[in-house]
Amino acid sequence: MARLTKIKTRKKGGATEILVLVNHPMETGQRKNKKTKKKIPAHYIQKMVFKIDGKEVADANLGPAVSKNPLVGIRVAGVKKGASVKITWSDNKGESGKAQTTV
Amino acid sequence: MNTIRRRTFLKGTVASGFAAVAATSGLLRPTEVMAAAWPKSAFKSKKLDKSIKNLFGSSKVTASKAIKIKAPIQAENGAVVPLTVSTTMSNVEAIGVFVEKNPSPLATSIDLTGATAFYSARIKMGKTSAIHVIVKSGGKLHVAKKTIKVTVGGCGG
Repeated sequence: MARLTKIKTRKKGGATEILVLVNHPMETGQRKNKKTKKKIPAHYIQKMVFKIDGKEVADANLGPAVSKNPLVGIRVAGVKKGASVKITWSDNKGESGKAQTTV
Repeated sequence: MNTIRRRTFLKGTVASGFAAVAATSGLLRPTEVMAAAWPKSAFKSKKLDKSIKNLFGSSKVTASKAIKIKAPIQAENGAVVPLTVSTTMSNVEAIGVFVEKNPSPLATSIDLTGATAFYSARIKMGKTSAIHVIVKSGGKLHVAKKTIKVTVGGCGG
């Protein structure tokens, strides 16, 4: 299932802020289904890689303690207008997603 | 449907099993593991010190006032605690966010390879706890702490 991945960029404090929002349950593996008393299996994003014009600028590791529908933000200085921003993520079940935009 | 689920489950176990072998065999230094794969041992650690050690390769930290944590003093909902970290330090290589009283303290971390020393995310907190933000700069670890009160927990339920 393709999950919605959104990127937003904006100028902030002399740098470009990149915000990524992924539509993802981020299940911890600790919650229980109230009816069946069974644990809901963990399902969360583990890696998120940020690239600008093909160059990796940041590599985030996410754990189950990140809220569902994670919103992750980073800032990069000296990004030119029109530069391409590419995000890829993958979770513990092998699902992945990507999104691309220009500054 | 059932068989498909079983497939993905098996695949997942094999992949994570390999990562564990690579990490324990001593072939890879902790920092290299971080760059290549998801730092499983750090995320699975139940104790704060151990988790820091598994992520950064050392648990020796010094307090720093150059790290700024922007977060609410009191969070009504522990499932969504917005957190923004920034620092004036130079040569920042990585930032790690740890919640002291969560079942596994490490919430998230980021390796910076060109981006400025800034990171924001929304995290879950089981109960009122101190947040430790660790910044790796020039090979040294710096820490800043902030206590956040949680009215309703965000882990389990």
